[in-house]
Amino acid sequence: MSKKEEERRRGVFTRRALMLGAGQLGLLGFLGYRLQKLQLEQGERYATLADENRISARLIAPPRGRVLDRVGRVVGANDLNWRVLLTAEQTQDVGATLETFSKIIPLTEQERARIEREVRRRRRFVPAVVREFLTWEEMAKIEVNAPDLPGISIDVGTTRQYPWGEHLAHVVGYVAPPAEADIDGDPLLELPGIRVGRSGIERFHDKILRGSAGTVQFEVNAVGRVIRELDRREGARGQDIGISIDAELQKAVRNRIEEGTSIVVLDARNGEVVAMASQPSFDPNLFSSGISSAQWREWTRNRATPLINKTTNGLYAPGSTFKMVVGLAALEAKTVTHTERVFCPGHYDLGDTRFHCWRRFGHGSMDMRAALKNSCDVYFYELAKRTGIDRITAMAKRFGLGVDLEIELPGTRSGFSPTRQWRISQGKPWNLGDTIVHGIGQGFYQFTPLSLATMTARLATGRAVQPHLTHSINGKEVKGIRAEDWPLMGIPERDLKLMREGMWAVVNEQGGSGGSGKLPASVGVLAGKTGSVQVRRVSREQRERGFRVETMPREWRPHALFVAYAPYDNPQYAISVVVEHGTSGGSAAAPLAREVMTDVMNRFNRTNAPAARSADARPADTGTAQVAEVPGTPPNGTIRR
Amino acid sequence: MMSPGFFERRLLTRDRGAGILEKLWLIPWSFVLLLCAVAAVGYVALYSAGGGAPEPYASKHALRFGFGLVMMLSIAMVDIRLIAKLSWLGYAGGVALLVLVALHGQVGKGAQRWIEIGPVQLQPSELMKIMLVLGLAAWFHRASWERVGNPLFLIPPIIAALVPVGLILKQPNLGTGMITLMVAGSVFWAAGVRWWKFAGVLALAGAIAPIAYDRLHDYQRARITTFLDPESDPLGAGYNIIQSKIALGSGGLWGKGFLQGTQGHLNFLPEKQTDFIFTMISEEFGLVGALTTLLLLGLVVAFALMVAIRCRHQFGRLVAIGLGVNFFLYVFVNIAMVTGSIPVGGVPLPLISHGGSAMITTMLGFGLLMSVYVHRNAEFGATRD
Repeated sequence: MSKKEEERRRGVFTRRALMLGAGQLGLLGFLGYRLQKLQLEQGERYATLADENRISARLIAPPRGRVLDRVGRVVGANDLNWRVLLTAEQTQDVGATLETFSKIIPLTEQERARIEREVRRRRRFVPAVVREFLTWEEMAKIEVNAPDLPGISIDVGTTRQYPWGEHLAHVVGYVAPPAEADIDGDPLLELPGIRVGRSGIERFHDKILRGSAGTVQFEVNAVGRVIRELDRREGARGQDIGISIDAELQKAVRNRIEEGTSIVVLDARNGEVVAMASQPSFDPNLFSSGISSAQWREWTRNRATPLINKTTNGLYAPGSTFKMVVGLAALEAKTVTHTERVFCPGHYDLGDTRFHCWRRFGHGSMDMRAALKNSCDVYFYELAKRTGIDRITAMAKRFGLGVDLEIELPGTRSGFSPTRQWRISQGKPWNLGDTIVHGIGQGFYQFTPLSLATMTARLATGRAVQPHLTHSINGKEVKGIRAEDWPLMGIPERDLKLMREGMWAVVNEQGGSGGSGKLPASVGVLAGKTGSVQVRRVSREQRERGFRVETMPREWRPHALFVAYAPYDNPQYAISVVVEHGTSGGSAAAPLAREVMTDVMNRFNRTNAPAARSADARPADTGTAQVAEVPGTPPNGTIRR
Repeated sequence: MMSPGFFERRLLTRDRGAGILEKLWLIPWSFVLLLCAVAAVGYVALYSAGGGAPEPYASKHALRFGFGLVMMLSIAMVDIRLIAKLSWLGYAGGVALLVLVALHGQVGKGAQRWIEIGPVQLQPSELMKIMLVLGLAAWFHRASWERVGNPLFLIPPIIAALVPVGLILKQPNLGTGMITLMVAGSVFWAAGVRWWKFAGVLALAGAIAPIAYDRLHDYQRARITTFLDPESDPLGAGYNIIQSKIALGSGGLWGKGFLQGTQGHLNFLPEKQTDFIFTMISEEFGLVGALTTLLLLGLVVAFALMVAIRCRHQFGRLVAIGLGVNFFLYVFVNIAMVTGSIPVGGVPLPLISHGGSAMITTMLGFGLLMSVYVHRNAEFGATRD
């Protein structure tokens, strides 16, 4: 190669090398530009992202508020619960971790499916519960194998415990893991093992009991391991709810009753529920630890419906316990006077139809007081016919019958009071015969034991007391506890007094239908009304053959009802008793009322708890003051047959 | 500098057996110092990547660099003419290793890349790039401008380049394959291959690219699609890019401070001691640290260019340009990758990333570069044509 050629080659090389160098410089400049763009222009955005990476917020579950009875006994408590959690963001492979875990503590297919579902549903940093209620031995096994179990941690949670078990199950309710429908945006509900109230007070006051979640901020590494705590904000613990029921009394009441019986005791002065018993019941503790499907099936298929609170959800025709309402409706409508007499021949004829009195040969001529005492049907047939269904139903509703009483038990049924308009809207006529049947609390009337007790409390005090269970929130008593908080019903005292006299006679006068409800003299004087409701129609044929209920199968026998209040001259407590298929209110329900009211009066006169509060109130303002004018001795009045 | 001193000329033009001491005198010590500075940046970064301790990365890095330094200086002493003579052998050896790795190589990340030679893990593809540069330089060494213009003359070097590129792509290692191709291209370019031929090849490549995409492995395609939209797969393939950008960006101007990088120390940054070491530096030392590092690496590239331009023989020039471009591509691909500018390629940052194989091949390259520098005035025998 000549020198000239070499020079040319070198010239080309140098030129091209410099072009390459320029290209390289340009590319390096591009890299510098990229760096500047990322680190200066977008630096803040990436700094935020880096913080989001390293800072993991976790929720702290506040302890759920307790449920206390009226004297402070814990009826809904928190117990410690050791459990295994799985945090999705701390493991590469949830399936692999579960696989390893199940070699240490076996998991069923369903459990694994549930865990994987929970993991998917929650945010990645929110742990899911793998297993609860660990034993010490299981915990030790997990701790030893911790290095092979990324994402697994042990945590102490709480579980709900109900020391009074089935005695307060219907009132306090129970808790369960939240369902999809419960998720209301409260991040607390996404926490593992969180429980929400599913029924009763637990459900009604769930938000108060639940409290609010605290947060803690951790610095975490890429696999989610906590490096250090950065910030902590405590949540608010759930507040305690005090209920008006005395647990000991509730237990005593429940122990007195058998399957199919419901009892409600209200403080007539303020509407507080003092006892609320429905048999059979269930053990709410079983829900806390996860209920077996076999247990659930047994409860739901049981014909005695242990899960259902019959005092609020059992519907019964009121029968003769409704007669005071019919009487008041007639008095208000002036279709009858206080002393007007009606003759009872044992039956009541309307056209071709004959309506029977329960006493086959009749009661003779009676006024209102005697008709109540004897529970004469013909008298009230006549009153119903004169007054009309709409006015009777209007009066019933004023007594809380067939309306929503707004008690703190979700799912409570309102019962039903028919009107003429309702029947017509169904495309059926309302006949006079229908009105007559409704005059003795039959027909479409369907009420709960709770509403019958409410009716009785209103009769006793003349005030529109509402039944309620919430006694205090976090130790502070709630409004509505004092009698004067409830408005007067606007029914003339004279009318109410007549009804009360009738109810007094039912229990305390010779020949009254509820004599078995009479209290021992040392306890006080009780006034009440019996009721027996047919669940099966008695045919004319049977009637003529002189049938006896005792010969019928139990499930065909009438329900026995009794409503009462005491003391007569200073009403404090109102009670309703329903004994399914108990045959007669006088024989089955009234004796129970006597026993329970004796328990109630004895307990509160000893502990003096409610009396102490009513003493604070000015006597002139109290509902009891209204009846204080009634003589302490049985009212005078001739008893006629 | 334009006129070499008498001392140099006497030693290196005629006398093949110049003394070791004299050659040492000719070593560009300022460049050695520059390399030490870059390696020191690597030491600091690896010290941080090791969680604030020399183990397990930084101390090994220093040891390897020291070993590499000795190797580099030794190679710098070897006469460039000897290297030119042996370059065909080197090329053949490189191809042989590639074939060997294809048959018996260790599989990693779905690709056959490593081969175990005793305790050393070798990546033949890295070695191949250097050997290819030597081979091509030897081929073009005696070719005049006119000769290079003859298409027939270009057929053997094109085949010589495509054989190893094909073997590397088959491993499969898309990144290194492309880099090898570009390194070879740079030698062709510097040797004087007409520019319109490059334009033609580029046009052809553009035409067949869609077809090639179809033949790519799924993971390679994933890299490309993830590159185009990293957020499309934030927990999978896109995770690395996203976390790297977060680390880089959050460093800001001055950085979070030495050992204070949250992304790196909390392990959000993947492979922080190898491919993403530059991210680590940028997070802890900010834009200032990143640009300083980039400047040092740029000076190394500039030095190679300077050596190439000052060399008085075509073989040395081509070797220097090829090795310089090779080093530059390492740097560019790595930093472009961690800044999310090009698809992730698994390319380490030379002299800084943790890794023995890369360090050895890098220092081997610098040894050759220095030999070119030391023997820049060497006279090859008379041309045969």
